[in-house]
Amino acid sequence: MNNLVVLPMVIPVLAGILFVFFRNQIKLQRWISFIVMIGNIGIAAYLLHLNQIAGIQRIDFSGWMPPFGISFVADSFALILVLLTSLVAAICLIYAFSSIGEAREKMYFYSFVNFLVAGVNGSFLTGDLFNLYVCFEIMLLASYVLIALGGEKVQLRESIKYVLINVLSSWFFLVAIAYLYGAIGTLNMAHISERIAESGQTPLLTVISIVFLTVFALKAGLLLYFWLPGSYSIAPTAVAALFGALLTKVGIYAMIRVFTLFFYHDPSITHTFITVLAALTLIGGSIGAVAYKDIRLIVTYNVVIAVGFILVGLAVATPEALEGSIYYLMHDMIVKALLFLLAGTMISVTGTTRIDEMSGLIRNYPLLGWMFFIVMLSLAGVPPLSGFIGKVLVGQGTIETGSYILLALAFLSSIFVLYSLLRVFLQCFWGETIISSEDEISMKKGWMIPCAILTIGTIALGLGAEFIFPYVSDAANTLLNPSDYIDAVLTQD
Amino acid sequence: METLTTILTGVLVSVATYLILSRSVLRVILGTAVLSHAAHLLIMSMGRGLKSGEVPILMDEALSYVDPLPQALILTSIVISFAVTAILLVLAYRTYRETGTDNLFEWRGIKDE
Repeated sequence: MNNLVVLPMVIPVLAGILFVFFRNQIKLQRWISFIVMIGNIGIAAYLLHLNQIAGIQRIDFSGWMPPFGISFVADSFALILVLLTSLVAAICLIYAFSSIGEAREKMYFYSFVNFLVAGVNGSFLTGDLFNLYVCFEIMLLASYVLIALGGEKVQLRESIKYVLINVLSSWFFLVAIAYLYGAIGTLNMAHISERIAESGQTPLLTVISIVFLTVFALKAGLLLYFWLPGSYSIAPTAVAALFGALLTKVGIYAMIRVFTLFFYHDPSITHTFITVLAALTLIGGSIGAVAYKDIRLIVTYNVVIAVGFILVGLAVATPEALEGSIYYLMHDMIVKALLFLLAGTMISVTGTTRIDEMSGLIRNYPLLGWMFFIVMLSLAGVPPLSGFIGKVLVGQGTIETGSYILLALAFLSSIFVLYSLLRVFLQCFWGETIISSEDEISMKKGWMIPCAILTIGTIALGLGAEFIFPYVSDAANTLLNPSDYIDAVLTQD
Repeated sequence: METLTTILTGVLVSVATYLILSRSVLRVILGTAVLSHAAHLLIMSMGRGLKSGEVPILMDEALSYVDPLPQALILTSIVISFAVTAILLVLAYRTYRETGTDNLFEWRGIKDE
């Protein structure tokens, strides 16, 4: 029992409710929501430290012993993601302070950001399948509002599609839960895992696992990413950065959890499915990333490529590959937030979204240009930066299992990432300067500081790999040995 | 009993699929409502909710009760889908006011290059 485990979800919820009463006190809302995120970072870091000493932490709500009550389980994998979620949310908030506009801030913007973070943290920490569904819905309802807030024509049009596709995927989730409950008779994740291991993974359970795969593929954008470019490219910059960094990652987390904890008994079927889907996602994302001249679409297709790459690690499921996936997941949350923020800043200083209408920005905004250069190298996986270690580990896993086609696709996609962003860099930052010094919009501090923090983050994550590695390896170890998780949840203390 | 509810669920799902694939946004929203009914019915028939037994309220003379867990799940899921349907209806109304049409084909996204 450790009451701290529930705080990353409870504090944002309470803050979000509090803001409803102080609608016009924008300064207060800004400060409180920023402090909430910093507090969450502290809690997650402390729990991560505690995990190394005392093992997996859990809390059983109102003292009901699992599997009869709902419990929150904090293993290293969940805690790493909670930590990064809070970090990214804090930095996106700094960006939002100077860019989101007073009209949106007064319409409960900070409430919904807090609810979104609460839903994401809850999804990472929960140990109960139906509670995962509820946390997904908290996150999604907040995201529906954030995407439509402001009420521009294009936002309304895309938000309808976004809501519809998520209603559909939530329906699949309910159906999958209903079938699994009918077959197994429990909802606690550890207990489900135990019962599946006892009875063996029958063909019926494999079919249910494919329904789960469909659900999380829709949420994460694994092949079923047709909804993603439209809805991620129309939100305001700070919101798009939050979405790009957090929402698909929750789907990836759920997929990794479900396929390492429940359905790991028949990898020849389930993991083949994941392999094929990841390969097709890499191909589709790469084509999309080079096909467009709209910078927002280039950036959103880069999200798709990253989803494919992370799930290559799950598809081969060796210890190295899973470590690589977790590391790449961490890297991707930071770098995608940075990429969305930089792209949004470029759009707001030039007033256009098309890369062939921007040119020579490096003369006006050198810092912006070099940060874009660093994020490009980091996404492509150039050694001192954070993308490298994840890519090497996933590559090592694919070589060990002999899946050379997957290896080739994963590394070719890195070239496509590099090409798509290099094209943006060359088009927008080099060439003839089109913005004269009189028309230049001065760069706000509120735009540059969050980008600079994230740039330092990606460099630190690359250089500090040795420091982070014990936590990542502990997370991968728990994923590969479901009995650790089951013991931590089902032992009575 | 389970067979009958399963067939009914199947009918609801096919009706919902047909409605969701239509052009008018209102029919699509009706489709999602029917879809959530189907899911709730499915949860009900998946638990031991259709076996005969007393309603799940503690009584002295009852020998067996129906499974209370699926009922709690359905109750939660009903309010969630209620909230989502409400927000979807308002969004559709706002979009109709802005664009002057309820035809989904005219709500096409970003122009291709």
